[in-house]
Amino acid sequence: MRSYRWLIIILIVVAIAIFIDLPNNPGIHIGSFNREIETRLGLDLVGGVQALLEADLPEGTAIEAEKMSTATRIVENRVNGLGVTEALVQQAGEKRIVVELPGVEDPLEAISTIQETGLLEFVDMGFNPLPAGTIVVTDFAAAETPDTSEPLLHTVMTGDAIENVQVTRDQTGNYAIQFELNSEGADIFSEYTTSNVGNHLGIVLDNTVISAPRVDEPITEGEGIISGAFDLESANALAVQLRYGSLPIPLKVVETRTIGPTLGQDSLQKSLVALLIGFIIVILFMGIYYRLPGILADVSIIIYALVTFAIFRYLPVTLTLPGIAGFMLSTGSALDANILIFERLKEELRAGRGLNQAVDIAWKRAWPSIRDSNIATLITCGILFWFGSAFGATIVKGFSLTLAIGVVISLFTAIVVTRTFLNLVLPYVKEKNFTRWFGI
Amino acid sequence: MFNILGKRYLFFGISLLIILPGLLLAIIYGLNLSVDFTGGTLMELSFTPGDPPPPAEIVALYNQFDVTDVQVQTTGDNTIVARSSFIEDSLRGDILSAIEESVSDSVTVVRVDSVGATIGQEVTLRAALAIAVAAIIVVVYITFAFRGMPNAFRNGVCAIIAEIHDVLIVFSLVMIGGLLWDWQIDALFLTALLTVIGFSVQDTIVVFDRIRENSSIYKRLPFETLVNHSIIQTLQRSINTQLMTVEFMLLALVLFGGITLRQFAVILLVGLFSGTYSSIFIAAPVLVVWENREWQNWFGRGKKRKQATT
Repeated sequence: MRSYRWLIIILIVVAIAIFIDLPNNPGIHIGSFNREIETRLGLDLVGGVQALLEADLPEGTAIEAEKMSTATRIVENRVNGLGVTEALVQQAGEKRIVVELPGVEDPLEAISTIQETGLLEFVDMGFNPLPAGTIVVTDFAAAETPDTSEPLLHTVMTGDAIENVQVTRDQTGNYAIQFELNSEGADIFSEYTTSNVGNHLGIVLDNTVISAPRVDEPITEGEGIISGAFDLESANALAVQLRYGSLPIPLKVVETRTIGPTLGQDSLQKSLVALLIGFIIVILFMGIYYRLPGILADVSIIIYALVTFAIFRYLPVTLTLPGIAGFMLSTGSALDANILIFERLKEELRAGRGLNQAVDIAWKRAWPSIRDSNIATLITCGILFWFGSAFGATIVKGFSLTLAIGVVISLFTAIVVTRTFLNLVLPYVKEKNFTRWFGI
Repeated sequence: MFNILGKRYLFFGISLLIILPGLLLAIIYGLNLSVDFTGGTLMELSFTPGDPPPPAEIVALYNQFDVTDVQVQTTGDNTIVARSSFIEDSLRGDILSAIEESVSDSVTVVRVDSVGATIGQEVTLRAALAIAVAAIIVVVYITFAFRGMPNAFRNGVCAIIAEIHDVLIVFSLVMIGGLLWDWQIDALFLTALLTVIGFSVQDTIVVFDRIRENSSIYKRLPFETLVNHSIIQTLQRSINTQLMTVEFMLLALVLFGGITLRQFAVILLVGLFSGTYSSIFIAAPVLVVWENREWQNWFGRGKKRKQATT
């Protein structure tokens, strides 16, 4: 019985979907696989700031992909430093970075923090190196308002003193970073390293520790080597951070959008109510007009909604207003597939075919138009997604993504789910009751 | 049986009646492009309690900061919208505090869109490109999907003609909306437009698919009768899918949905209806016009449509 096998698969899929859809889902933690599950709402729903940063280089200058990704990483660090939850930093196209800060109301402050040149410091850590990623307070940056709650570290010198940095190999052939200091820096460095051999000298960028090498010997010539367990990539990354102290490419703000929180929440609530009303009307229509298959289609549409929403939560897909509209339209697609099949089924039944044969033919004949029309929709989605990505137009991207996911799931529910249900129910329908059950 | 195809020129005429006013408005008033395309800064501020200051006051404040091209509108709900050329964020902050100082109400920033001029141009260019690429790929795909039929390429072209029809209908709607409710052509409009295109093709394919199927069953039927028959057969599906489901959802969104989505929902409502309409009353009839090469008779005297079925 193939139908029963499908039924089991459908039930499993639905069970997983319901688990993921549950509010306060604990997340998935299997072995080393961990994933939190949550509904992500876009800026237009919760309010916030979106900024598009662009590499500020003369026209025609080639932009190195590597530098751009470093810049993106640095921006990300700074955004994380702002303490905004669910902030998003993404490279968009070759020369732009999108920054989204949900819940932030004042774009000016946030964006200036992101844009300013980072502060690179060398701090004395004594004998206890702090691990990379630790947030520290230094006496240079916090000179005016010393915070007593956290240990204050002494800044030996700042990144201004660095003249040149390059990746090299040390005597043992491992990757290392070679640096050169200006004369002022060389003096400070010479003095510090002579009296602090064995201490750790922390390298701190924007108050975040990026590395804490130990002083092995006095460095008096203003030239030194940082060695450690580097591979080429990590050595390069550190070198870039040392060299630019901050952004390897200057960035300018080409676009900012601020959405007040009231506007978003108002829209969200109303749109959700609207969706629910629309959904109920459609469900009623299907049941009344198509009778038995309509009711089965209703069940499969609800399954469709559960599964699609579960995928949105799992990936996760950020839900924006157009994203919700995309979801809604793919619901239309899912219904369309069902309606195409049922109209066909009615036709075949009217033509006097037996029930099982009619069902077979209906699916077979409706399939090419369902396939072709949905592929055309997916093509449009693909182009929209590309368009949205290149411009950091997250609304367009969100719309195309939800529509595409919805279309794929709708194919599954119309072809597999509705069909399986119908196959399971058909044996119990008596031929003389066709008129009542199928509304011919 | 309905003879839909017999009245095809009537349907072409109806579409023209809707499309032409929009084109005329575009020629007279120009396009109402948003800052997404032109670049610039839009600030929407709400004043509570009480009335927003008169636009002239806001304009004067902008002028103090040497921003002289600002346009200010009151939009109800104690809200004003100020559009100007692109302003740096810091300057915008200064202007905002100046506005806050000058009025006794508390000022809430509802929305700010600030787009650099170059990126606006680039968006426009890429948008046009995106639509063109989508159209071409769809023609190619349809030609491929209908490769078993004679003149498969025609199907693709007719689908695109229906698509252009829908784009023009939506365009006309936005121009009229611009005149009546100050609608703008923005990024969201573009999204709506691309959706309309996608669904238009979807509908057209459903009708064409039926023509494809019928042409292998009724080999002897004249093409026009065959197409008419196919349209009738898919009519129930088109009405049910479009009017009863998708349009209901959109209508609910227009009536009860949030204000930010209203323009978007109305455009989709009309656009998707047009998509269904055009698959029946434009795409399929054009296919027949092409098959009959009717344009040879368009300018002929007294012989109009005499040979329509030959």
